[in-house]
Amino acid sequence: MSKILVIAEHLNGKLNPSTARAISAALAVKPETIDVLVLADNTDAIAAEAAKINGVSTVLTIARTENAHPLAAVLAPQIAKAAIGYSHVFAPSTTFGKDVAPRVAALLGVAQVSDVMSVESSHTFKRPIYAGNAIITVEADTNHTVVATIRTASWPAATNGAGNAPVQALSLDVALPSHTRFVELQQGKSDRPDLQSAGKVVSGGRGVGSKENFEIIYKFADKIGAAVGASRAAVDAGYVPNELQVGQTGKIIAPELYMAIGISGAIQHLTGIKDAGTIVAINKDAEAPIFEIADIGLVGDLFKLIPELEQALT
Amino acid sequence: MKILVGYKRVVDYNVRIQVKPDGTGVVTDGVKLSANPFDDIALEEALRLREKGVAEEVIVVGIGPADLTAHLRNGLAMGANRAIHVVAAEAVQPLTAARILLKLVEKEQPGLVIVGKQAIDDDANQTGQMLAALWDRPQATFASKVEIADGIAKVTREVDAGLEVIEAELPAVITTDLRLNEPRFIKLPDIMKAKAKPIDTIELATLNVESNNHLQTTHYAAPPKRSKGIMVKDAAELVAALKQKGLL
Repeated sequence: MSKILVIAEHLNGKLNPSTARAISAALAVKPETIDVLVLADNTDAIAAEAAKINGVSTVLTIARTENAHPLAAVLAPQIAKAAIGYSHVFAPSTTFGKDVAPRVAALLGVAQVSDVMSVESSHTFKRPIYAGNAIITVEADTNHTVVATIRTASWPAATNGAGNAPVQALSLDVALPSHTRFVELQQGKSDRPDLQSAGKVVSGGRGVGSKENFEIIYKFADKIGAAVGASRAAVDAGYVPNELQVGQTGKIIAPELYMAIGISGAIQHLTGIKDAGTIVAINKDAEAPIFEIADIGLVGDLFKLIPELEQALT
Repeated sequence: MKILVGYKRVVDYNVRIQVKPDGTGVVTDGVKLSANPFDDIALEEALRLREKGVAEEVIVVGIGPADLTAHLRNGLAMGANRAIHVVAAEAVQPLTAARILLKLVEKEQPGLVIVGKQAIDDDANQTGQMLAALWDRPQATFASKVEIADGIAKVTREVDAGLEVIEAELPAVITTDLRLNEPRFIKLPDIMKAKAKPIDTIELATLNVESNNHLQTTHYAAPPKRSKGIMVKDAAELVAALKQKGLL
């Protein structure tokens, strides 16, 4: 039987929703146990949140001052040691999971399955390659621990509320390196919904034209309660900060509604939104590739159409 | 110091790849191959560090079949001092690539290894992290800015929450994100000069790298197609369509 250790992602004392998505993938393996591992300087609040998620057997905590920031070089040796006895180690395929999981896999001497989009059996998974243009089925050796990152856009968050898992402090004797040090996190401040977990996302591209013009996107997003995203072109042009980028090299998202405004639809962008429920494209170029995958398309000038949309909503 | 740069050859990013109808792979015969875009950025960063006097030598490393030489010559033409070609008939998985790079690290003793954050063919995003783990050295992944002084790399990393700055004592492994730099174009005279630059050829078997077959790819499929969409004629019609779907 499988025993799965899920690595919790958190920031500012709060559990990241990506953790509950990784737990969904763990549930799909139908394991005997799913334990969640929380590494932080203060684990209490995070562990309490994780304990409520349905399906979690035990929340394991490692509270050390060295774990105050998610440095892979510091976390990986602890995770590798905690992983002994588990058949699987799962982490979300976010920048956190992508940074730390391969380091854990290498310490365990095993290969890693990146971006698991479906679980076929305990050791068989599907994952995308070539920017999502091919889906491969991979079989992991049953004699080794499976280390995998879970593609968050492919999994709903595990439900929460009914769970009441015990929290247990782990004490591991692991020497930690001091060769890597955290300096600072420059965080984009936003009251809008989180891009990766939002039900609706409004994205702007190069067609928006300037940083000032992007206000029209923010305003419209706020009107419909959506998160704001952007294409790489808009980020590179300096219209918006990089953490808003959607695509192969940015965030991969699966909202119920995705509205691409002034985005032509380069293959790398489409990779980030392929699993969205409904894709709406607004573009003045009727030949733009975005219309090939849009469920609803509207050709026209965004500066004329967005005010009209706002009007139609009231 | 020396900088080692991972330099993978992949199907060009502009190619729309096709999955073979029998599910055994993707069509690569006759398809344009290029340097992995993230590796071009890695090489560019190494060259800039050499130009600033931080490094003396930049070495590009490729793992692949005999005809990989032409690809490595591109790296030399871009400005690398020399190349190492690890000859492997089959594609290697990231853990094996990391183990190969570790052997080269032990031999060359670089102060820095720079690799792309991911290869655009397997999209694994693992090799740099795995090398750092096996080498027991710092990793600075998804780098968008690198400053090196007094044996420490100060690296700005692109993370989901924004930009994270960390310090890594050298030697270290850095993986590159898209915004780190704009790779230079190769000029014709440099292509001529590159022909005289050395390429060390090493057979994979002679490196005694532990083999790793923990993962087998059993099937390739095209992604499910989205059904054909509709076009609406104005804003009112769009809002009506979204309301009908319960999305607004």
